[in-house]
Amino acid sequence: MKSLGDAKVGERVIIKHLRGGKDFTSRVAAMGFTLGVVITVLQNYGRGPVIVALRDSRVALGRGEAAKVLVVMESDEQAD
Amino acid sequence: MSRQTKHTITIALAGQPNVGKSTVFNMLTGLNQHVGNWPGKTVEQKVGEFIHDEKKIRLVDLPGTYSLTANSLEERIARDFIITERPDVIIVITNATDLECNFYLLTELLVLPVPLVVGINMMDVAEANGIRIETHVLAAALGVLVEPLIASKNQGVHELLEAAIQVAENPTPFDPKRPKIGVEHQRVINEIQTILNGQVPQLYPVDWVAIKLLEGDSQVTEMIQKNDPEGWDKIHALLLEHEDAYLDIASSRYEWIGRMIRAAIERPKVGAITITDRLDKVATHPFWGSLLLIGIFALVFFLTYRIAMPIVDWLGLDIIAPLSGWMKQLLSATPAWFSGLLVDGIINGAGTVFTFVPILVVFFIVMGLLEDIGYMARSAYVTDRLMHWMGLHGRSFLPLFLGFGCNVPAVMGSRIVENRRARLLTIMLTPLIPCTGRLAVITFLAPALFGKAAVLVITSLVAFNLLILMITGITIHRLVYKDEHVAFIMEMPLYHRPNLRTISLFVWHNTLSFLRKAGSIIVIMSAFVWLFSWLPNGNIQTSLLASLGRGLEPLGRWMGLGDWRLIVALLTSFVAKENTIATLGILFGPTSSAIGLATQVASVIAFPAALAFLVVQMTFIPCMATVAVIKQETGRWKYAFHNLGLLLVISFISGTIVYQIARLL
Repeated sequence: MKSLGDAKVGERVIIKHLRGGKDFTSRVAAMGFTLGVVITVLQNYGRGPVIVALRDSRVALGRGEAAKVLVVMESDEQAD
Repeated sequence: MSRQTKHTITIALAGQPNVGKSTVFNMLTGLNQHVGNWPGKTVEQKVGEFIHDEKKIRLVDLPGTYSLTANSLEERIARDFIITERPDVIIVITNATDLECNFYLLTELLVLPVPLVVGINMMDVAEANGIRIETHVLAAALGVLVEPLIASKNQGVHELLEAAIQVAENPTPFDPKRPKIGVEHQRVINEIQTILNGQVPQLYPVDWVAIKLLEGDSQVTEMIQKNDPEGWDKIHALLLEHEDAYLDIASSRYEWIGRMIRAAIERPKVGAITITDRLDKVATHPFWGSLLLIGIFALVFFLTYRIAMPIVDWLGLDIIAPLSGWMKQLLSATPAWFSGLLVDGIINGAGTVFTFVPILVVFFIVMGLLEDIGYMARSAYVTDRLMHWMGLHGRSFLPLFLGFGCNVPAVMGSRIVENRRARLLTIMLTPLIPCTGRLAVITFLAPALFGKAAVLVITSLVAFNLLILMITGITIHRLVYKDEHVAFIMEMPLYHRPNLRTISLFVWHNTLSFLRKAGSIIVIMSAFVWLFSWLPNGNIQTSLLASLGRGLEPLGRWMGLGDWRLIVALLTSFVAKENTIATLGILFGPTSSAIGLATQVASVIAFPAALAFLVVQMTFIPCMATVAVIKQETGRWKYAFHNLGLLLVISFISGTIVYQIARLL
């Protein structure tokens, strides 16, 4: 598992775990960040917020927030 | 707030952010809307009243929220309204390009005891992005009326309203599919419901309360703790075993949504590159994005100076001044205090209010346009790192930047910052952005005071203000807000064409609310300041204001400002920042020219005091128009006074430090 902040542009990853307080997790869950959902990383310059596509929307997450979203590569998941 | 008559149909308009909800609201209500605040809250409330088919309709725009859990004030307001006010019907607006996420709010609304209809907006944008939606398939799956919309072109809005009225008038057959929670948690919910039996406050549906308890909703939890302490102990034990249930509930809602929309939606092939992808390559790029942002702002200021400023000057010189002169003549028979108060106090105050309008209009057009096309989210993305540092949000950047033109639209523009604390902090820091009024004073005085070094001094003063702004921001963030992290989670809407009507109504309502609310405060304050400069005997040199200035001389000496005339000049900048110059003109006696005045002022203050005077001028209390909009936007005088106090302290400390250091040089 790695954090969403470490995912590279174009990678498709699956959410495995959400860290942080309930305020944060329930807020992002409402926006579609639920366990098992597939996310595509659209932009990540290694600093500043990242932009991801999930479900039908695109969402920008601050670096601190991205660090709380733990993911695995979709390809690894399928290999298991 | 309750239903007035039997014939009024109350419709609540719900939807997530970025679905075009306000466009729908504007199309339905036009100018028949009232913009205020939710009772006792600082959240904007828009209510429209109109007649449709001889039926009186009251349309209440709920705050745009992603869900109905008590995470934010907006979410509480939205659900409290639905549960306690019981509108006749809810219109749920969704965005065709983002149906899956938008339906999350729908899953929460479907379990509330109010019937609803669904509008799928931006069908044209969806089509342009290769998304096709069969609304009748959706309607059949959900068991509710679903209307396709292109609200920006006024397509489908009328049909949606008819559908809502039809449902409101025949509520009994309303029996939609309701989202199912996973089996395991459904069992827990049933148990909670059994324990709750009869112990839920009136109006609250017991199954809804049970779900919210399982979701760990703070407001509902508190309500049950208070209402049913015995039952709560049992429920609490049950909840402890299912602490992570809320994530499963969110997942099960999304699974349900997936099943509902699967047959109705056709998405583009994966990997298709959209216009938004292409534009974002530039707009959200760390370098090009910043460059674009700077370019846009340069354009805004160019427009302000080329279009708004000439109109402001024209209003002042060709309308207000002759009007004042004419009024003075007309009132020449009346006592001097009367014509003075009316003309120099009230008419001049009203004049000030109107001269703001051209600047406000230009700024609001730009803000409305940037928001409407979807660029606002990108500007926030680009500036977020810088803003976060001060406890602000990326969205704070735009209003703050507008402050360079005028602090008034900057304070009003802070509405786009959703996080309450970040928004309040944005408002508090805005007066430290030097507006054109403050800059006019220093550019007028600096050449006479500092000669060749004037440009260097002016630049340093602006830099100094920004430094103070950062220090203040970081300090408030650390000390008052205890470093509370402002989460940056923001949807990036697809770009789309701007809608003239949406933008015009945005400009119209913002300008009107300034004139209505801030306007009257400004006129009253202007009258008071005039009275202070006139009483007791009609001469400013011996007026109450002058006495106040003299009384403050000991304090002024700390900053090298031992001359009461300088203090009074600062005090009158409360009316309008540029007033400092006019007051100096009056107090330093008649001079033949403006240059003469600056030299005359320069002759009475030496370098350290001159520098301190300009520093104080740049950080002194905001003008009364800014104070009035701070009250208007925060809904409390408290914050306006906090801000006055804050800037008073900042200007005193800065002035003193600068003077004491400059003296040593």
